[in-house]
Order: sequence, then structure tokens, then C-alpha cells
Amino acid sequence: MPVSEAPFVALHGVTRRWNGAGGVQGVSLAVPRGAFVSILGPSGCGKSTLLRLLAGLETPQEGRIEIAGRDVTARSPAERGLSMVFQSYALFPHLNVRENILFGMKVRRATRPEREQALARATAMTGLQGLERRKPAELSGGQRQRVALARAVVSGQPLCLMDEPLSNLDAKLRHTVRRDIKALQRRLGLTVIYVTHDQAEAMSLSDHVVLMREGRTEQTGAPETLYHRPATPFVARFIGDPPMALVEGAALGEAGQIGIRIEALERVPEGRADLTARVADAEYLGAETRLLLDHPQAEGLALILPGRVALAPGETVGLHLPEKHRVRFGAQAEAAAARDRGAAAAATRDGREAALPSPSTREDTR
Amino acid sequence: MTPTLSRRPETAHALERRRRAIHGWLLLTPALAMLATFAFYPSVATVWTSLFSRGTRRNPSEFVGLENYARLFDDPTFREVAVNNILYAAVTIPISIVLALVMALWANSKIPARSFLRTAYFTPTVLPMIAAANLWLFFYTPGFGVLDQIGALFGAPSVNWLGQPETALWAVCAVTIWKEAGFFMIFYLAALQTIPEDLREAAEIEGASRWTYTRRVVLPLLAPTTLFVLVNAMINSVKLIDHLFILTKGGPSDSSKLILYYIWESAFAFFDAPSAAAMTVLVLIVLGAVAALQFRLLDRRTHYR
Ligand SMILES: Nc1ncnc2c1ncn2[C@@H]1O[C@H](COP(=O)(O)OP(=O)(O)OP(=O)(O)O)[C@@H](O)[C@H]1O
Ligand SMILES: [Mg+2]
Repeated sequence: MPVSEAPFVALHGVTRRWNGAGGVQGVSLAVPRGAFVSILGPSGCGKSTLLRLLAGLETPQEGRIEIAGRDVTARSPAERGLSMVFQSYALFPHLNVRENILFGMKVRRATRPEREQALARATAMTGLQGLERRKPAELSGGQRQRVALARAVVSGQPLCLMDEPLSNLDAKLRHTVRRDIKALQRRLGLTVIYVTHDQAEAMSLSDHVVLMREGRTEQTGAPETLYHRPATPFVARFIGDPPMALVEGAALGEAGQIGIRIEALERVPEGRADLTARVADAEYLGAETRLLLDHPQAEGLALILPGRVALAPGETVGLHLPEKHRVRFGAQAEAAAARDRGAAAAATRDGREAALPSPSTREDTR
Repeated sequence: MTPTLSRRPETAHALERRRRAIHGWLLLTPALAMLATFAFYPSVATVWTSLFSRGTRRNPSEFVGLENYARLFDDPTFREVAVNNILYAAVTIPISIVLALVMALWANSKIPARSFLRTAYFTPTVLPMIAAANLWLFFYTPGFGVLDQIGALFGAPSVNWLGQPETALWAVCAVTIWKEAGFFMIFYLAALQTIPEDLREAAEIEGASRWTYTRRVVLPLLAPTTLFVLVNAMINSVKLIDHLFILTKGGPSDSSKLILYYIWESAFAFFDAPSAAAMTVLVLIVLGAVAALQFRLLDRRTHYR
């Protein structure tokens, strides 16, 4: 998809490693204005490093970073025009909510009326009214999270970086705050770059997902793309709950590996089956039964059948893998991907910049 | 829940509480006994002694009320010594604290050889005060002392730092500051390391300069440490007199004499125990009052984590 306008945030082959290990390596990325982009990946894959590079808290050893058309690679964090929500929230423990939120405005010498106005707006938006005089220690985790959010809102910067802002919250709160963040981003037209290791969070929140692995981008695209068209088995295993089932091509008379979403699997009589698997376990879930299946040349096979299905472990079922739902990974998909990532252009796997379509273009494709 | 069921845990609870209380007192007893023997009893005895006259062979000591105190206020030496001590405190406390803070901030920043720096700053603290005083005695020696030699390079005349009334007290102050700053730095350094790095990063992103961050975040977060150090420094300004014995012995003509030295002199050189006891009581009262004041004033504005 061609990028119609210049990206708002752009990374060109950015590398930052520690003694040749960890960190990020040759990451390129283009984020359009107003997009909500998730950086997703397993622990230690370099998500935080990437975010800190963007924020200017780390300096890249190679590559360039552009924000709003300016090369900011050598600029200080304050000059980059961004706000950041830390995983730990980084609230000043000795200042109350009000002082925490207004810290930046005071530093920038905003006038008193300006500050009052911004504070009122931010507390209203984040539902913090009445808590202005409390110290962070006197707030719940969710409230602290909101203060951190309000601080980012008040800064008035067009770009907001968030590093796993929900990881300290319980599951229920995480859901509501997630929605709040999304609403806030829409209302303010913010460009948000959001780090998470939770694929469900990334899928539900973002316009685009950047999936990282060992310091490189593995695949970049809309959540649907990553879900239905994973570029590598790694993506297939990471995205979705349950993730894709992976079958050795040999079992199906094909080369390479075949990925398929389990909801696309069909049960057929064994005579017509592409694959015959053994039932490992059956979970009755009320509306449906989930069969966990075993096959020597497949991983993650499962079958969802409506209603209650009486199949004991050990019995066999015939499976049909519909052609249009099969995702093919090249013979040495993983090895090829690894080699590919070894080359400088990690994000140019398809011969073009891993540019994210702008939200408007993407809207049309829906 | 039936009443019998709910009463049972209650009695168990009461028993448990009593058992805990007994345990608590048992654990406190050794410390209390030590304190009683070596702190409470001597304090009371000191107050007691200060109310009696000095006994000689001919007139045994008798109760004189506050006469010893009245005599003290008429004693010009006591007044000079008190003024000396106030000056000494007024100079050494703020300078050593500020120095400690600056050194800690520096030793905590990302600079090369910072562990060397920390060790270097801490060395004076490890040295016994007597050894430190001997070292400085050598620095101060007129003629071939280090200070004079450096001065001579710039053509300054030789100065007998410890031997003249105008400079003796300040020379003693310098040794105290040199000794204490490193010690206080350790407390600041420890406190600085508990401040999470991301606070600095958050402030940096908000556009705060290093100085703004230090002033608005670091210093307030160090306030509890400062309070602790302040009280310690104050107590030390009375307590720490070892170096006087080496450097000046309070001279020349009492110009560098501090209260505790004078108390020691009164008690063990002039054998005037009642007068020494009276001074001790006065010092305790003043120290207690100042400490209480500091705690009340600063506690309210201090953020504890
Ligand atoms: N300051 C550092 N010094 C040395 N190695 C580092 C440093 N920061 C990060 N690394 C290494 O770089 C890699 C990526 O770290 P990063 O913090 O970016 O991971 P992450 O994706 O954010 O993981 P998580 O989800 O656990 O937060 C890790 O292997 C880490 O050990
Ligand atoms: Mg991280």
C-alpha cells in the first residue's frame, strides 16, 4: 500500500545493542499521524528499547529517527514533542495528583489560568476529579495509571508513547482502562505507540501491530492481517488465542508448513479427511465442545464443535483444511525469515518499506 | 455462624495477644536493662550531682539547688566556650551537609571512576578522628606543613593556623567538615539510589533541566535523609571533640575550646564534678529542644516513602 503522506514517526534501520546482544537491530517503521500502533512481542524482544529510542532516552548506534518530518536522532527527549506513560507510571511520590499532572506545565512556565484549565480538562477526561490533593501512595493502581495518563494529556504533545501501561492492573480494570485509552486517543487525535506483550490487547486496541522478535520486526500490519495472514510460523504461534495450528506440509502432500486457524477446521468422515488426528482431550464449554487433538506432524490442532460431543480421548477424527484458509510458510520459512532478518532490510521483506497504511486508507479497505 | 463458634477464636485471639505482649517485653528487657544502667541512671545521677556543691575534705558536699547553674552563667570561660560551640555548629553543620549532598549527587551521576570517587570521599570517615587530627596537624604545621608549603608557592606568608586565636577555631572546623562530609555523603548516596531512574526520565521528557529535576524532585525526596543527617550533625557538633585533644587542646587562650572539652576539663582536670554535671544537663536540654524543634518543623514538610 503506498503511503500518501509523509509518515508522522519514521524509523530507518535503527540499531541499539549492548555488547552485541539484546536491544533492537535494524528496525524500520513508519507510523502515520493519528494512528494507534502496538509494538508486540515476547519478553526481552526489545519493545521497551524501541520505545526508549523513540523517546530519546536511548541513543541509536545506527539509523535515523524522524518525528513530524524532523530528524530527531540527536535531539533530547524534551525537543521531540512527545509524552510518555511509563510501565511504573513514574509519578513523583512527594507531589500530589495536581502537582504531578502540572509538573511539565510548570517547568515550561505556563501561566496560572492555562494550568488550571488544562488540569480541569485532564482530570475530567480521566475521571480524577476530587483526587487532586492525594499523593500517589494514597491512590489505587488504576488511579495512578490515570494520573500518568492525565500527565501525558496535559503535555499537549501530539505523540504519546506507552510502555505496558496496563501491566500492573487486574484483568477487569485492564479492560476498562484499555477502552479509556482508546477513547482518549480518538478524542485528542493522538498518535499513540503502545508497547505490550499481550497479543489480545494489541489486537483489540490498535490500527497496526508491529510484532517483534529478538530485536527485529517480524511482521507489521493491521491486526486482521497478522491474524489471518501471518508471515512466519512465529507470528502464527504468537497471534490469536488459541494460536494457529501448524501442520507439516508433508502430512498434506505439500512443501513447507501449513498454518490454519482452528475455527476454519472442519470435521469430515475419515475417508475424505486431509488429516486424521487423535483426540487428546475434550472440553465441554456449554455452547460448544473443544477437542484438543494430537497429530505427530502438527502442533496446536484443536476442533470446535457445537453442542456436546461425546468423543473419548484416543478416538480419531477426520479433519478437512479448506484451501482458502490455509496459510503456507515456505519450506524453510523460519530459516528463511532468520536469514531475511539478517539482511539489513528487516522491514522490507516484500521489497518495500514496512509502511503502515494511514488510518483513512485502511478504513476504505474494510 | 453460631455464637459458640465465634467466641472460640476470640479467646484464642486474646491468649495469642497476651503471649505476644510477653514475648515483646522479654525481647525488650536486655536493651532496657542496658539503657537503664548506662543511659537513664547516669542521666539522673548527673542531674542529681549538678544540684550539690563540690565536696572537699573540710566541707562535704551539700544541696545547693541551682547555684551551680548560676555560677556557670557568671563564668566568662563558659560563655566563651558556649559561643565557640555555637559558631562551630553554625559553620560545620551547613557546610558539611551541603558538601555531602554535592558530593553524593556527583558520585551518583554517570561518570567514569565513580566507585573510586565514592571510596575517596568515604576514606575520611573510616579514619579514626585521632588519626585524622594527626594528619591535619601535619597539614597545619607552620613552616613545613602542607598548607604553608602550598601558600609559599604563591608567596603567602607562613601562618600558624592552630597557634593563633583568630584562626584556631576555624582550623578545627575544617577538620570536622572534612571528616563528616564523607560520612553524611554515604547516607545521601544510599537515599539517591532509592530514587527510581524513571523519575528522571519522566522529568526529562517533560522538559525539566537537570537543575529543575534536582530542585523539584531529588531534594524533596532527600528531605528525610536531610533531617536525619541534620540531627546527627547537630549532635556531633557537641559530641565530636577528639581532634581538640590533638590539635589545640582548646587553646590558644580558650579560643577553640568547645563545651564537651570544657566539661571534660572541669570534671577530670579541675575535679569540679558539680559544675561539669550542670553543664552536661544544660547541653542535654539544649540538644533535646533543638532536635524536637527540627523534627516538628521539618516533619510536616517531609515526604516519607
Ligand atoms: N541497559 C541495558 N543494558 C544491557 N542490556 C539491555 C539493556 N536494556 C535492555 N537490554 C537487553 O535488551 C533486550 C531487550 O530489552 P527490552 O527491555 O527492550 O525488552 P522488552 O521487549 O521491553 O521486554 P519486556 O516485555 O520484558 O519488558 C533484553 O535482552 C535486555 O536484556
Ligand atoms: Mg519492557
